[in-house]
Amino acid sequence: MMIILLNTASAPLMSTLLPPILIVGGMGLIFGLVLAIASKIFFVKVDPRVTEILEALPGANCGACGEAGCAGYADAIVNKGELINKCAPGGSNAVFAIAKIMGVEASTTIRKVSVIHCSSGGYTNTNWRYSYEGVSSCKAAVNIAGGPNRCDYGCMGLNDCMNACMFDAISLDENGIRVINYDRCTGCGACVVACPRQLPQLVPIDHCVYIKCSSKDKGNVAKQLCGNNAPCIGCGICSRNCPVNAITVKDNLARIDYDVCINCGICATKCPTHAIQDLLAGKRKKAEIEPEKCIGCTICAKNCPVSAISGELKQVHVINKEACVGCEICVQKCPKKAIKMV
Amino acid sequence: MGYLGEIFVMAMTAIFIQNFVLSRFLGLCPYLGVSKKLDSAMGMGLAVIFVMTLASAFTFLIQKYLLIALGLEYLQTIAFILTIAALVQFVEMVIQKNAPALYKSLGVYLPLITTNCAVLGVAILNTKTFRSDGITPYNFLDATLNGFFSGVGFTFVLLAMAGLRMRLEMAPLPKSMKGMPISLILAGIMALAFYGFMGFKI
Repeated sequence: MMIILLNTASAPLMSTLLPPILIVGGMGLIFGLVLAIASKIFFVKVDPRVTEILEALPGANCGACGEAGCAGYADAIVNKGELINKCAPGGSNAVFAIAKIMGVEASTTIRKVSVIHCSSGGYTNTNWRYSYEGVSSCKAAVNIAGGPNRCDYGCMGLNDCMNACMFDAISLDENGIRVINYDRCTGCGACVVACPRQLPQLVPIDHCVYIKCSSKDKGNVAKQLCGNNAPCIGCGICSRNCPVNAITVKDNLARIDYDVCINCGICATKCPTHAIQDLLAGKRKKAEIEPEKCIGCTICAKNCPVSAISGELKQVHVINKEACVGCEICVQKCPKKAIKMV
Repeated sequence: MGYLGEIFVMAMTAIFIQNFVLSRFLGLCPYLGVSKKLDSAMGMGLAVIFVMTLASAFTFLIQKYLLIALGLEYLQTIAFILTIAALVQFVEMVIQKNAPALYKSLGVYLPLITTNCAVLGVAILNTKTFRSDGITPYNFLDATLNGFFSGVGFTFVLLAMAGLRMRLEMAPLPKSMKGMPISLILAGIMALAFYGFMGFKI
């Protein structure tokens, strides 16, 4: 069939088809050859590390690193000694890949996010002193008779922090309480500066237990003033129950030292006024030792902040699940990787 | 009118009356994308001038001695794209080797404009426009100069846009207007202003 078609119609078909095919194909061939030869003649020696880093980078050319594109950043790392942790889209994967190529230690900084240290400030859970009808700004309202809410340390709900946020990370929930989206928060600190009462504070993102109160009033006063009925009364119960002594009470207010805190959440369960928020409450896993991998080195038992691990030297260790707070310190310390979270 | 006058008319037409961005609406992508900073706008503009001039010259030769000679004018688009892409790659290699300083300032922008519609646009328009007398088609020098002036027009508008946008960064705008919305309004106002040049008879 094909042959017959070609035979009968071949002469005019070929004469119309062949020239364009030859011309375009020939042009492509010639250009390709010229480029191939040119790439040999005009070959510029580049550091092989630049190409490797370029492959490790995401290739988004977003400019977050401050260079014109991924190629510029790869070049800057190799030739200008630029820091390797500036690629935001690449994240830690890119940093580790570049660290391997450059033969340097990977240094990732722990991202900080803003946390509002007050649980009040909504439409229904604020204790109003008067009805404020002035300029809708916390900075203006705080000057009039100590602010529209009765607590002198609490949120007055006029959203200066939300307006200051450049990344739309702060939004209002149905009760008018400011909620911070940790995916969007960059830890720039604009809200910290904007709040006349410094309620937002920057906290490392791997910490999940916060004291949601900034009141320095005495316990009974704070209880009367707080609209959310969850003030810190400075009783010190959290401080006494903290296994690593991360909480100190000063000026009737408990503060968590985030360098020491292990995220165990015990304080949140002990707090009589529920002023401590625990994002991981009910989600914590317990540590478990795999008996076949454990060599009985006692490192885990020595490092456990709540002494939940017991066992003799060179014997398989056991974790008391009742006592374990799920801080995961033992998982990191175990040299044999015998502990997993279940 | 002498040939110099002809060049003057061509320059005025390409830069003001028939500006590539604001009256032909070609090359809008870099116009909005690379106009945030003056120096990157300058780099992009120079790269466009460079590529447009070269592309005009080469595509003119391709059109005259290959396509018209063989009666294959309908292959214009594909042949021009092929030529421009290969040309830009080649030029990039040459300047990377011979002029590292120029490569540093143009380097990032060159690959970006390989398939820019303004570059293809000037190549195709060169084959379709006439001198001011309305009958003589462009010769090789005309086409090359037209490519150059079109690039200058593009750069001029890009720089103006970048300057305005840098000032707008400081302006007390409502939040919803910041960034792209006000830039689009700005682009519209600039296009309206350039519309005033339309119909000028030189």
